[in-house]
Amino acid sequence: MAALSRETIANGVLALLLLVVPLLAAASGETFYITLATRIVILALAALGLNIALGLGGLVSFGHAAFFGLGGYVAGILATHAFNGEALLFGLPATTSMPVIWLVAVLLCGLVALPIGAISLRTSGVYFIMITLAFAQMIYYFAVSWPDYGGEDGLSLYVRNTFPGVNTAQPLPYFLICLAVLAAAACLFWLLRGSRFGAALEAARQNTTRLSAVGIAPFRIKLVAFVISAMVTGLAGALFADLNRFVSPSMLSWQMSGELIVLIILGGKGRLFGPIAGAMVYVLFEYALGGITERWQFFLGLVLLGVVLFARGGLLGLVAGRARHG
Amino acid sequence: MTAALIIEQLLNGLQLGVMLFLIAAGLTLIFGVMGFINLAHGSLYMIGAFACAAIAAATGSFWIGLAASLVAAAAAGALMEVAIVRRLYERDHLDQVLATFALILILSEGTRWLFGSFPLYLDIPPLLQGAVPLPGGGQYQLYRLAIIGVGILVAIGLYLLISRTRLGMRIRAGETDREMIAALGVDIRTLYTVVFALGAALAGLAGAMVGALQSVQVGMGEPALILAFVVIVIGGIGSIKGALVGAILVGVVDTMGRFLLPKLVALALPASQATMVGAALASMLIYVVMALILAFRPRGLFAGQG
Repeated sequence: MAALSRETIANGVLALLLLVVPLLAAASGETFYITLATRIVILALAALGLNIALGLGGLVSFGHAAFFGLGGYVAGILATHAFNGEALLFGLPATTSMPVIWLVAVLLCGLVALPIGAISLRTSGVYFIMITLAFAQMIYYFAVSWPDYGGEDGLSLYVRNTFPGVNTAQPLPYFLICLAVLAAAACLFWLLRGSRFGAALEAARQNTTRLSAVGIAPFRIKLVAFVISAMVTGLAGALFADLNRFVSPSMLSWQMSGELIVLIILGGKGRLFGPIAGAMVYVLFEYALGGITERWQFFLGLVLLGVVLFARGGLLGLVAGRARHG
Repeated sequence: MTAALIIEQLLNGLQLGVMLFLIAAGLTLIFGVMGFINLAHGSLYMIGAFACAAIAAATGSFWIGLAASLVAAAAAGALMEVAIVRRLYERDHLDQVLATFALILILSEGTRWLFGSFPLYLDIPPLLQGAVPLPGGGQYQLYRLAIIGVGILVAIGLYLLISRTRLGMRIRAGETDREMIAALGVDIRTLYTVVFALGAALAGLAGAMVGALQSVQVGMGEPALILAFVVIVIGGIGSIKGALVGAILVGVVDTMGRFLLPKLVALALPASQATMVGAALASMLIYVVMALILAFRPRGLFAGQG
C-alpha cells in the first residue's frame, strides 16, 4: 500500500481522539468526560460485535440487545452473589473478578446465540429481522417479570468489579481497560474480515447460491459469524454494567437493539471503525443536544433521517468515499 | 373458574386480536405492495389516538374525534410517504428500518412537544357504555364488543376492497409485478400513496378505539407495533388473511396465557412462586409461539410470494 487511504487516515484520527481526549480530561481533572468516553468505547464495542453479523455477514439482527443485556446481567448477578457471599447454581463460587466475569459472559452469550442463530438462520430478510427481535423480547420479558434480580427495577452493583493490578474504581484506569478490550475486538474484526472465513462470509452475504456451488455451506458460516458477534456484544454488556454499576431490562429492550443498528449505520456499515465513529457521534450528540434541549431525540431523529437519505455510506463513507468492496 | 370467566377472557383475547389486526393489516399491506418495513406504523396508531382524544375533548363528541383520527392518521401517512418513504423503496431493509426508527424519534418527541408528557384520557361514548350479559352469568363491556364488531367489519371491507374493486385489483397487481402495472399505465406513485394512507388510517382507527380503554400517551405505539410485527410474521408478510389469523391467534394466546398459565404452574409449584413463574412464562408466550412457527414455517403460515 503506497499511499494511505482516506479511510485509514480517518481511522487514525478517530483512534487518536479516543485516546488523547480522555487523557487530557484526566490531566485537567474533568472525570465526567472520561466517563463519557468510556460510554463511547463500550457502545462502540457492542456495535462492533453486531457489525460482524450485520456488516460482514449481512445478517440484520434486531435482537442484539439480548446479548448486550445478558452480558450485563452476568456481571450484575455474579457481583451481587459475591457481595452477599452466596454461591451460584450448583454451588459454584461467585466472583467480582472482571476477567472471569467476561469469560462467563462471552461463553453464556455464545451458548445462547447458538440455538437462537440456528433457528433464526432458517429464515432470511425481514423474517430474520423479526425472529431475532422475538428472541430478544422473550429474554426482555423474562428479565422484567423475574423478581429475583430486580425485575423491572434492575439490579445495582455495590462496587465496580475488580481487575488484577488495576484500581477500576478510578475512571481513567477503567477507561483504559475498556479501550484495550475495544482494540482487541477491532483486531479480531480486522483479522476475521481478512481471513478465509471472512471471505466466505462476504460471499454468503452477496450470493449464497454461488457459495454453496463452490462447496461451502452458507448456514455454518453465518451461524459462526452470528455466535462470534453475540459474544463480542455480550462482553460489551458486561463492561457497560460495570460502567454504570447498574443493569436493568432496558439493556435488553428493542430500543437498545435499534440503537446498536443506528450506531453502525451512522458510522458506516462493514467498516472497521464504523461503530466507533457512530458511537462517538451518537454519544456526543446526545450529550451536546441534551444540554441544550430536552427535545434532543427529535433532532437526533432528523439527523439520522438525513444520514439515511443523503449519506449512504454513513459518516465514514462521507469522509472516505464509497467502500471499494461491497 | 367458571365458564363465564373463560368466555370473558376469550372475548378479551378476541378484542386484542381485532385491534392488532387493524394495525397489522396496514403494516402487511405496505410490506406486500411496496416491500417496505415501516417501524413508524406504531406512531400512526399513536397519532390516531391523540387526534381522537384532542378533538373529542374540544368538541365533546367521541364520534367527531373518531373521524378526526382517521383523517389525521391518513394525512400523516400520506405526508410521510410523499416526503420520505418514497425515496426508500429501492433501498435495502436496513435503510428502511433506520429511517423509520428515526421517524419514531421525531414523531414521539414531536407529539410530546405538542401535547406535553401527561397522558390524555378519552371517555367511552355514551351510546356504547354499559355491559351485556354473557351466557353463564357474567357481564361483558359493550364497548369491547363494539370494537370486535368494527374489526370484523373492517376485515370484510378489506376483503371486498382487495378482491372486488378496481383499486384492489391494482393493489394485487402491484404486489405481483410493479413494473408491469406501471407499464400498463397505472400511476404507481399515487397507488403507493393511497395504500400507505389506507394502512395509516386503519392504524389510526385502532389507536382511537384503544384510546378509550387505556390512557393516550407517547410511547403507546411501540408495544403495539412489536405485537403487530409478531402478527404479520406469524401470518406471512404481505398476506391480509395471514394478518387476520395471526392477530386472533396472538390476541387469544396472549390473553389466555396470562389468565391460565399462573393457574397451571400453581399445580406444580407453591403458590408464592407460581404467580411469578406463570407471569414470566405468559409474557414470553407469544414470542415462543412465533419462534416455533417460524422454525417450522420460515415464511409464516400464509406465505405470499413477497
